Amino acid sequence: MGADVLRDGTCLNAMTKPVAPSSQHVSPDSIVVPQPHCRPGDEPDFSRLDFPAVGSTRRPAVDESPDKMRELAYGLIRVLDEDGCAGGEWNPELDVDTLRRALRAMVLTRTFDDRMFRAHRQGKTSFYMKCTGEEAIGCAQAIVLSKEDMFFPTYRVQGILITRDYPLVQMMNQIYSNASDPLQGRQLPILYSAREYGFFSLSGNVGTQYCQAVGWAMANTYKNNGHIAAAFIGDGSTATYDFHHALNFAAVYRAPVILNITNNQWAISSFQGIAGGQQTTFAARGIGYGLPALRVDGNDFLAVYAATDWAAQRARKGLGATVIEFYTYRAEGHSTSDDPSKYRPRDEAAHWPMGDPVKRLKQHLIALGEWSDEQHQAMEAELVAEVRAAAREAEAVGTLGQSRPPVSEMFEQVFKSPDWRLERQRQEVLGQ
Amino acid sequence: MSTMNMIQALNSAMDVMMERDPNVLVFGEDAGYFGGVFRVTDGLQRKYGVSRCFDAPIAEGGIVATAIGMGANGLRPVVEIQFVDYIYPAYDQLVSEAARLRYRSSGEFFAPITVRSPYGGGIMGGQTHSQSPETIFTHVPGLKTVIPSTPYDAKGMLISAIEDDDPVIFLEPKRIYNGPFDGHHDQPLQPWAKHPASEVPDGHYRVPLGSADVRRSGKAVTVLAYGTMVYVALAAVAESGIDAEVIDLRSLVPLDLETIETSVKKTGRCVIVHEAPQTSGFAGELIALIQQHCFYHLEAPIERVTGWDTPYPHAFEWDYFVSPARVVEALRRAVEAV
Repeated sequence: MGADVLRDGTCLNAMTKPVAPSSQHVSPDSIVVPQPHCRPGDEPDFSRLDFPAVGSTRRPAVDESPDKMRELAYGLIRVLDEDGCAGGEWNPELDVDTLRRALRAMVLTRTFDDRMFRAHRQGKTSFYMKCTGEEAIGCAQAIVLSKEDMFFPTYRVQGILITRDYPLVQMMNQIYSNASDPLQGRQLPILYSAREYGFFSLSGNVGTQYCQAVGWAMANTYKNNGHIAAAFIGDGSTATYDFHHALNFAAVYRAPVILNITNNQWAISSFQGIAGGQQTTFAARGIGYGLPALRVDGNDFLAVYAATDWAAQRARKGLGATVIEFYTYRAEGHSTSDDPSKYRPRDEAAHWPMGDPVKRLKQHLIALGEWSDEQHQAMEAELVAEVRAAAREAEAVGTLGQSRPPVSEMFEQVFKSPDWRLERQRQEVLGQ
Repeated sequence: MSTMNMIQALNSAMDVMMERDPNVLVFGEDAGYFGGVFRVTDGLQRKYGVSRCFDAPIAEGGIVATAIGMGANGLRPVVEIQFVDYIYPAYDQLVSEAARLRYRSSGEFFAPITVRSPYGGGIMGGQTHSQSPETIFTHVPGLKTVIPSTPYDAKGMLISAIEDDDPVIFLEPKRIYNGPFDGHHDQPLQPWAKHPASEVPDGHYRVPLGSADVRRSGKAVTVLAYGTMVYVALAAVAESGIDAEVIDLRSLVPLDLETIETSVKKTGRCVIVHEAPQTSGFAGELIALIQQHCFYHLEAPIERVTGWDTPYPHAFEWDYFVSPARVVEALRRAVEAV
């Protein structure tokens, strides 16, 4: 199949040159299992990746038919070049205040992640997950969409909450499961829920919420309220049935939803080829369902913004769903429980050819003459202090095990009202 | 013989079977190159090649369906579901397909698959890494459901499961992967190396599915448990000073009813302990069987000590997780009843 796609001229890989069969373990009696290009001990090498030039990708009219824009699923929408200059039809031409707001949110997200990762290592909580290298995605979407729209997030878009000024101390209280935890100690750290911020409760199982976003969006249509939904899924989780349900239902019912795929190359230890990323692009899954499908440099804030805005406009005009693959790299481990040096070169992130999203947006603002290294350093110091202050406040309430909500909370919210079993079990726990 | 923890013993079982039988394949999410998030399949890909131990897409239904197809076509796949909390997308394949393939084809086809999966709480894993859903499998005709509680049993039972011609749900109590945890979370964990059941033969041996193990003989009351709860029960018995007989069921389906019956007829009293929520938990089935088979020997109501009927709560782990203290109370109620 891969070869056919290549021959028909739609350039399956714009991105990935075909893998030579000799590099794989292939024999007539053998199962083919894709292998990543680099393993621990290898020199990181992304030279096989071949990206279209910045500004070379066409931006179709928002109401163009999906079958006229299939090449977008195989290309890569890029706006920022290596010098931090923006170009091409996809340039969203944002005002400087928005750019500065975005940079601040991305740096704050990274600062928050660093602090909470350390808190885990200090024994203050049981679990944490960073989104390092992927900050542009959550932050840009949080700005494009409104709080009345609903995100069905993954655990790597905490930037949505931070961009929308959700109180950092509340996030930390949740992470510490302490007496001020807004989720009353019921949920694993970082699996937030923030309805007022357009952030649906995070399940913890991957993929399961993708098609729920379609249902939410269909309810918006039914209510004719003009709001949309946006769902996230990882490259690995495109293998779940939930992913395919969502694309099918969204296409059938023309739901006003953005179906985001964050292709950060790794699903714990499994590289994206295990999810089928070597056969075709993840964005191209959308074509089979007749949906418009974009492939976007996920480390380019402007490209993420522009693609999201295009998809949101389509959804709001009643033209249905868009699939967007954000091409990025998970720069850190899967979670505090992971050690990525066991399965990929230790310094691979530093070689990612699309660079670092924070540095690139900073470089852009500097190129515009609207930012400087000095201003950036001052902002970083300010945000470190902001996170530290929030941490002090949360830790004054208590870290995991030092403080917690009343144990009777364990029996609340199982049902709207506890039945007799739960009441009796609660009495037993309380020793009454 | 070698000294093994439960992870090493499970790894050894697959190693032995892959060495003996070229039809044994192992796959699952992160189970190939990395060797599994709990390292249970560590080294198998290096030793046997990527065709026999490989990474799977994140699609539990796909993993089990593929295993059924392979198994029906002569292989003996052993698949890993990373946490049993992730097994629900595979439930249709297990219930509607694996469990019934033999029956509906009158034996023309069958699915000799082993579905390994870590289960249970006590690791601060929250709702999605802590569940004990064993009864959703025991309720399905055609599935075997087994749970070892020692390195020795883990290896011998996994070999039996792989050799079994029927689908086996092989649940691994992950809280005791590294040592026999007895519920005292504020005390250091004893490693398996200090426990006699960590002496494991290097080669092939079987522990049959469907046989319980009397872990402590006693006359006052029978305690039925499995998985991590075996050690919680043993700790409770020691702390209570009650001369209880502790039976590790090891296998829920098939169930060793004879061992249970013999013990309860001797003691006349019974306490059942499991981590899973109470309602429709396996204790309910055991109580029904005991009253059916031992009614005229019973001297006290049968007690059950279980998880609460709530989702698994992160901050309240040690209020939810069955403690030795709760088991002691149940033991006292059972022996003091007239």
